[in-house]
Amino acid sequence: MSEKVKVALYWCASCGGCEEAVVDLGEDLIRLSNMIDIVFWPVAVDFKRSDVEEMPDGSIDISFINGGIRLTEHEEMVKLLRRKSKLVVAFGSCAQTGGVPGLANLLSRDEILRYIYVEAPTVVNFEGSMPKEEVAVTSRHKIELPRLLKYVKALDQVIDVDYYIPGCAPTPEVVRRSLEILLGGKLPPKGSVLGASNKSLCDECDLNKTKPEKILLKDVKRVHEVKLDLSKCYLAQGVICLGPVTRGGCGTLCIKGGMPCTGCSGPLDNVKDFGARAISYLASILDYEDEVQARKVIEEYIVDPVGWLYRYSLPKSLVRGKYQGLESDKHE
Amino acid sequence: MGEEEFEPRIVVFACNWCSYAGIDLAGTSRIRYPYNVKIIKTMCSGRVHPEMVLKALEGGADGVLITGCHPADCHYISGNYKTMRRYLLLKKVLRELGLSERVKLEWISASEGDRWARVASEFVEHIRKLGPLRLKEVVESE
Repeated sequence: MSEKVKVALYWCASCGGCEEAVVDLGEDLIRLSNMIDIVFWPVAVDFKRSDVEEMPDGSIDISFINGGIRLTEHEEMVKLLRRKSKLVVAFGSCAQTGGVPGLANLLSRDEILRYIYVEAPTVVNFEGSMPKEEVAVTSRHKIELPRLLKYVKALDQVIDVDYYIPGCAPTPEVVRRSLEILLGGKLPPKGSVLGASNKSLCDECDLNKTKPEKILLKDVKRVHEVKLDLSKCYLAQGVICLGPVTRGGCGTLCIKGGMPCTGCSGPLDNVKDFGARAISYLASILDYEDEVQARKVIEEYIVDPVGWLYRYSLPKSLVRGKYQGLESDKHE
Repeated sequence: MGEEEFEPRIVVFACNWCSYAGIDLAGTSRIRYPYNVKIIKTMCSGRVHPEMVLKALEGGADGVLITGCHPADCHYISGNYKTMRRYLLLKKVLRELGLSERVKLEWISASEGDRWARVASEFVEHIRKLGPLRLKEVVESE
């Protein structure tokens, strides 16, 4: 009984899709339950934070953490889990590179709160009340609430992370392969991305055969603007697919389903900034040598480039989000 | 921190065949240009990856100036066109991130030492007006 691997699962700023990804293992979960012992999983198992606090340091074998770091509470919890765990695995794109919640870095903390609590058309808030970090309930009791961080962060920007499992959410196959590695006892070097390949998605894409020798695009189309031929490389049809800069391993599920790759598996090893790679690749295949025409195409057809090229990786990019300056400068 | 005069730090990427030679010409012709520029020679402006530009900003530069051969003059025929397209897209991304004013692309030929000096001075003055970037400090602040 005590030979079982002790596992914790936790979610931060996430949609719950990564929890689904675990459940999606299906019947493998039964086989898995003979090998692991879940000691903490707020979504499914009734253990509290105090239970984790009482565990000896390093007593959890593996902690799988998904979601971006949005609140001070998330910071506290992942630091606690780091202390209690031998291995910490960032599970899914949010934990790995910040993910979709990371696009909130395009706005400042104040802008987000003001919109959500006051300005949104569906909100009625005459007094303009805003969430507080400390509220007095009675004259003697007060409650504290977590604070929104200035930037959404990826897990490894807060704690030391041993391994990464990519994907939004990781496919059952990627999760299965990762668990085999982790439970198999032969661990790869620290910092490895588990369950995926280190080649770009195009390498495993069935449509790669249909790719012309050289792709040059006169205009860029969005997926709803064309009737895609599902048997030909989407890129050659003018629809931007981020396959060339994205890590393979997911089995090209989206492409098989008629959608171009949006890059959820994140960058390949040694890439510092996924979006910058995507900018470089996308600009390179536009077939314009005239600045005026190139500008026209880029301005008109490439709408929302940050939401597109940095969809899953803004917090992990070199600039992290919209430049906000220093607080000290603003008060001067 | 004292009220010291802010001296911008500018990273310049210069292509081997035109722009670097142009900058060299400014030097040999004794044309003055600001000492704020740190020049990095690349074989072609097409070698300047957007990642390198962002890395420079993250690493402490207040501005980045990319220079290359004029259109139709590229030693590798089409490298500068690639640079131009990458720059336009990068600039659009940086506009959303509030940093587009910090990056600039200029064509400088091997005979344009005087033009280089003018471009460099103007860019340094432009960045001086914007003030220090301190990107690393900003993203790590809370």
